[in-house]
Parts: sequence; structure tokens; C-alpha cells
Amino acid sequence: MATRKPSLQENTLPQNIVIAMAFVSGFTIMTIEMLGARILSPYFGGSLSVWGSIITIFMLALAMGYLIGGRLSTRSPSPKMYASFFIAAGVSSIPVILFSDSIMEPIFLSIEDPRYGSLFASIFLFFIPTSILGMISPYSVRLMVKTQEHSGHMAGLLFFISTVGSAAGTLGTSFYFVLWFEVNQILWGAIASLILAGCIILATNLLTNGARKSEVT
Amino acid sequence: MLTLSKNYCCRAAIGLLLGLLNLLPSVVVGETIHEERSKYRDIAVIQNGDRRCLLFNVHRGDRNQTCMFLSEPERLVFDYTRMSFAGLLVKPDPKRILIIGLGGGSLPMTFSSLFPDAQIDTVEIDDAVVKVAREFFFFEETENMTVYVDDGRPFIKRASIRKQTYDYIILDAFSGDYIPEHMLTEEFLEEVKSIMTEDGVLVANTFSTSRLYDHESVTYQRVFGEFFNFKLPTSGNRIIIAKLNGLPGQDQLIEQAESLVASLEKFGVPIDEYPRRLSTRIDWDMSRRVLTDQYSPGNLLKEQ
Repeated sequence: MATRKPSLQENTLPQNIVIAMAFVSGFTIMTIEMLGARILSPYFGGSLSVWGSIITIFMLALAMGYLIGGRLSTRSPSPKMYASFFIAAGVSSIPVILFSDSIMEPIFLSIEDPRYGSLFASIFLFFIPTSILGMISPYSVRLMVKTQEHSGHMAGLLFFISTVGSAAGTLGTSFYFVLWFEVNQILWGAIASLILAGCIILATNLLTNGARKSEVT
Repeated sequence: MLTLSKNYCCRAAIGLLLGLLNLLPSVVVGETIHEERSKYRDIAVIQNGDRRCLLFNVHRGDRNQTCMFLSEPERLVFDYTRMSFAGLLVKPDPKRILIIGLGGGSLPMTFSSLFPDAQIDTVEIDDAVVKVAREFFFFEETENMTVYVDDGRPFIKRASIRKQTYDYIILDAFSGDYIPEHMLTEEFLEEVKSIMTEDGVLVANTFSTSRLYDHESVTYQRVFGEFFNFKLPTSGNRIIIAKLNGLPGQDQLIEQAESLVASLEKFGVPIDEYPRRLSTRIDWDMSRRVLTDQYSPGNLLKEQ
């Protein structure tokens, strides 16, 4: 907070909040991805192609998210929209818990080949939440960058943080969470963290902008 | 500083190499006559005199998956393969047999020889294993035998939807150092149950050590109630024999064994020694958690 200088931008978030949020998004992406194989295996087995489907769909969804998130950030980036990504990603992950069987069963029945079955199931279960999570990265960069010369520095810092978050999410899920909790409990945890992250952004925005307004007047 | 670390590296590498050399003879003896790379693992066929073995992941020091004697191809070499026939004590006349996990193909071949009229479906996830079994282990499909390259779980789920049933099911998918965790769960066993005939038997080749033993036993107990736990002092495997309509008593087992002993002799299955080894005694920690699709960290539990 102390390092933040008054900027020309109307809506900004404290840098450490953006950094923390980048960590949360990286963490939850990989938590959900690691659980993906477990969710699909009762219908499509545990073969290599099931992992292939999941990773493919996550990569494509993230790619879409980067594109859209970058686009959305160009005109007047707002912490409110940033917060909405987190909340929307959390909410759109809920069907993975509540409707995974009703989503996978018709796919299992209509597609014999487990490779394509798992590919379609991954699309329906994970594409939307993952692409929303992908929007967070470029948007974070936009919120962090104040001047042209430190844009690369900020982008690098954010990639670093979100990738470390992804590593932590991968390790935590595959080494420990699956040993301690049920799949759905872990998913609820990820969803709650995302929604909480969104609320923290909204609250911080309210506080800092409120403070700035009172400074101006 | 640099030379020091280099030196250290060299020494570590040499140490590792020596360690491996030390380890190798006990694991792999003989000449590698074939190597096959597959999606899942490296497969090697090793021959030592009369004995030919199929190995997975040789470089990681895995043990033999399956072996055969070329002069006596019918003789079953491993305890756990032989133990899979203990199911005959409770279901002596199988007509529809399902085997999950092909290996060298000795199980379907033996069943086919014993019961030429029975339909035998085998499910193997790795097509390279099927190829090696055909080329090096004399595995031959007969009219009544089909091999499906598929994962066991979706195969069984689909069989269940199509209302197909089997009266002798062998689960032999847990080999090497990785366990397919989706085939340990209560939901999976319920699916297996749904494709069993009323008098059918499930024979599962599973683990006898680690914390997984408790979890697995508790899970089988939940789905099937009482089952036969079959262990031999000479084998690290334990075989679970589960039935839907109650287990027979010791007298019936012995009687059945006597009628089977002659036909199983040429395969090297000492069936008459098995009845007294089939136990219903609970020797596991009953307080362990049941494995479900929601909770199935089999590979982590195996290490504990």
C-alpha cells in the first residue's frame, strides 16, 4: 500500500492484491485440471488419451481466455470486471460438481471411443470456467502496468506468480488434497476461494477508491 | 568450486551406475529378445534358457509380469496366475468369462483349454501388450475368445448398460508400480456386481501389503459382504474371491477341489492345496475409509 503512488488511472488496485489474485487463479486452474482426470475416469478410463483430452481442452480454453481477457482490458479496465472474472469462474465450475454425471452419461452412451468421449466431456465440463480463468492473466497485467517501460517487468512478475501458483496447485492436489478430502470437497474449496477472491477485489476497490475520492474532495 | 561439483556429480553418477548394476541381475536375467515401446510403458521380452518372460519398465527395475516355459507352454509359472483358478472352487463350470488385463495371455489360453465352449472376453488397455502376447507368448484367439483394447472400467460400464453378464470375472489390472485408481472404488465394484450372474464369481488379484490392503478390503466388504481372502506364503499377492449368493463351506470346497485336481494338473495349479487357504477372517483395519470415486488415492496409500 505504501508503495502505491497516486496514478492517472481512475480505477486501480493495490499491486499486492493483483499479485495475490494471480496466485489464486494459477492455483485453482491446476487444482481443477488435476481433478479432471479423476472426474472423467469412471466413464472414460485412466488411459493416456484421457489426460490428453483434459490438457488439450484446458490449453484451448486458456488460449481463448487470454485473447478475450486481453481485449476486454484495453478500454477502461475496472477492478469490478476483474472481480467478476473470479466470481464467474467459481460459479461456472459448480456444474462440475452438481451435474457431472448427467453431462458425462449421454456422452459416454453416444460416443464409443473413449478418446473423443473424454474430449467432449472435457469441453462441456471445463471449457467455460477455464477460459474465464484465462481472462484473469492479461487483465492482471493491464491493472499492474502503469508505465510503458515497466510493462515487461510487471508481465514477467505476474507470469511468475501465477505459474508458481499453478505449481503449488498441482502439487497440493496430487500429493495431499486427494489423500485428505473427497474430489467434490476440493472443488468446493477451489470455488469458494475464487468467489472469495472476487469479493476481496470488490471490497478493496471500494475502500481504495472511496479513500481516493475523499482525498480529491 | 566448479571442479568440485563436477567431481561430486561424477561420483554420484558412478555410484548410481554401480547401484543399478548391482540391482539388475536380480531383476533381469537373460537375453532381451524383443523390445516394444507403447503408450504406457516399455515392454521387454527376456529369455533365459527355457524361460521366457514379459517385463514392463525394465529400466525402472520392475519385476516380471508373466513368464512361460517354452518346453511346457501350458504350465503356469507364477503363483498369482495359478491362484486365479481358485474361483473354480466356487464356480466350477464358467460359461462366460471376463478377464481384465491380458499380460502374456496365459489366463485366457488356460481357460480356453479348460472350457472350450465358454465365451472368453479379455480387456487390455495396451495394444502393444496384445501384440507381444501374440508374437512371443503363443497367445492365440479362438472362435470363442475376443480381446478388446479398452480400459476395464468403461468396458464394464458399457457391458452393464447392454445387460451383458459374466459368471467368472478376473480383475488382473494392477501390475507394475502404478495402480488404476478408478478400478478400486465402491462404484466400480458395484458396476462389476451388476454384470455378474447370480452364481458368478469375482476373482481379484490385489495387494497384500501397505495401507491400501485395509482400504481395499473394507471396500470389497462394503460391496460384496463376506469374501474369501486367498494368500499363499510363497506369494506377495492376495486374491479376493467374491460371490453374490453366499460362500460355500470348507467341505464343499474340498469336494470341488478333488474333482478339479486332474484337469488342472498339467497347468501346474495345485488346486487341492487351495481350500484351506481360503479364509473369511478379517485381518484388516475395519476403521479405514471405503474407496470411492470421490476418494481413491490408491497410489498414495500404497506408499504408506
